[in-house]
Amino acid sequence: MENPHIVTAFENDLQNLKRRVIEMGGLVESAVADAVLALSRRDLELARVVIANDARIDQIQREIEEAAILVIAKRQPLAVDLREVIAALRVANDLERAGDMAKNMAKRVQAIDGLVPSAKLMLGVENLSRLALEQLETVLDGYASKDVEKAQAVRASDGSIDAVYTSIFRELLTYMMEDARTITSCTHLLFTAKNLERIGDHATNIAETIIYVATGEAPRDDRPKADETSMGVKVG
Amino acid sequence: MNAMTSDSAALINKQRTESSIEGVRSRASIKNLDFFYGDNQALYDINLEVLDKRVTAMIGPSGCGKSTLLRILNRMFELYPGQRAKGQILLDGEDIIDAKTPAAATRAKVGMVFQKPTPFPMTIYDNIAFGVGLHEKLSKADLDQRVEWALRKAAIWEEAKDRLKTSALGLSGGQQQRLCIARTIAVKPEVILLDEPTSALDPISTSRIEELIDELKSEFTIMIVTHNMQQAARCSDVTAFFLLGKLMESGPTNDIFMSPKRQETIDYVTGRFG
Repeated sequence: MENPHIVTAFENDLQNLKRRVIEMGGLVESAVADAVLALSRRDLELARVVIANDARIDQIQREIEEAAILVIAKRQPLAVDLREVIAALRVANDLERAGDMAKNMAKRVQAIDGLVPSAKLMLGVENLSRLALEQLETVLDGYASKDVEKAQAVRASDGSIDAVYTSIFRELLTYMMEDARTITSCTHLLFTAKNLERIGDHATNIAETIIYVATGEAPRDDRPKADETSMGVKVG
Repeated sequence: MNAMTSDSAALINKQRTESSIEGVRSRASIKNLDFFYGDNQALYDINLEVLDKRVTAMIGPSGCGKSTLLRILNRMFELYPGQRAKGQILLDGEDIIDAKTPAAATRAKVGMVFQKPTPFPMTIYDNIAFGVGLHEKLSKADLDQRVEWALRKAAIWEEAKDRLKTSALGLSGGQQQRLCIARTIAVKPEVILLDEPTSALDPISTSRIEELIDELKSEFTIMIVTHNMQQAARCSDVTAFFLLGKLMESGPTNDIFMSPKRQETIDYVTGRFG
C-alpha cells in the first residue's frame, strides 16, 4: 500500500525500528508466559531465567529509544512516519513495563514456594494469564501488520480481563478471611493477578497507539473498564 | 474522571487543528483560477482562501504551479506575452487580475520577495526609499521615518543604521534578503509573497527570516513558497499542497504534516515516490 521512501536509508531506519519493537514484543510475550508457567509449576529455575532475561528487554528498549531519537534528529519524519517513530517509543515503553510485570511475577514464585495455595485459586490466575497473553499476542500481531481491527478488538476486550481480576480479588479476600495462614500466599497471588491485569492495560495502550498511527487520532471514547476493586468492595 | 479524559482529548485535537485559524477571515480569495503559458495550462481550477494576517505555505514538487500562483498574485505574468490567467483573485472584494485593475495598484498591495536577494545597486537607504517614492510623496523627515520603520520591521535596522548611505551590495546574503523584505514592506502592502526566501541562505540567516515571518504576520498576510517541508511546518498556519498544477489538499498546517488525507500529500510530505 505504501510507496517506499526516496531515501532508502530512511526506509531502512524506520523498518529496523519496527523490527526491534516486534523482537522486543516477542521477548516480553515469552517472559509473561514463562512467569505464569513458573508460578503454576512452582519452577524456580524457570523463574530465575525470566528474572535474568528482563535485563535484555530493558536493553532493547534503550536501543529503540536511541534509534528513534536518531531518526527524528537525522530525518525529521513527518505525518505517518512521525507517528510510526513516536509509536515505536510508546510501544517499547509499554513493553518494558509489561516485562517488569513478568519479572515481578517470577520473583513471587520464590516467595510462594512451599506455601501451597489451592488449585482452584491457581486456576483463576491461570485463566487471567491466558487472557492477558492473548491480548498481548493479538496486539503485537496488530502492531506488526498495522491492523486497526485487531487493535480495536484488544481495546474492546480489556473489560473482560478487569472483570476476571475483580472476581479473583474478591475470592482471595474471602480465602484470607477464612484462614489467616493463607494470607502470605494469597497476597502474592493478588499481586500476580494485579500484574496480569496491568499487562492487559499495557496491551490496551499499545492498541491505542496502533489506532493513532493508522488514523492520526487517538481514540477519544473511554476505554471499557471493569476493574471494580478500587470502588469499595463489600465483603462478608 | 472519565469525562475529563475525553474532554481533554477533544480539546487537544481541536487545538491542533484549529487554534491559529479559527474564526479568521479570508483576506484574498482565489476562485476557479486557470493559468496558461501559451497553450500549456499550468494551473487548473485553483480555489483557495488566504487568511488575514496568517501565513499560508505552498508546497509541492518543482513545476507544480506554486511559484506560478505567486507570479499571478502580483501580476508579474502580464509582463510576458502569451501568458494569461482565467478566474478571479479577490483582494478586499476587488479582482486583482482583472485587466481593468491597474497592475501598479495591485503590486503596491501585493509585495514580493524572491529566492535570491535582489537589492538594487544603490545605497541601503535608497533601496527602501525608491519604492516608497513611486507610490507616495513623503517629506524628507517622513521618508526617513518610513525607512527606519521598514528596516526595524525587517529586523535589519541595528545592522544597517550606521551604513545607510553605503551600497546595499556590501551586505551579506542574509542581510540583503532582510533588506528586500524591508523594501517590500516599506510600501505597506496588504499581502507579502515570499518565493523560497531562504533557499539561498545559511541556517542562521534562515532562522532570522523565519523569526521575521512570525513577527510580520501580526500586520501582514503572508504567502510563502518553500521546498523545505520543516520550514512550512514551522512557519505557516495553513498549508496548500500542489501537484501538476492542481491544488491537491489544503488545510491547517498541523493537519497537513501530521495526518494529511490524500495519498499524494502523504507521499510528498514523507518523501516517498508519488
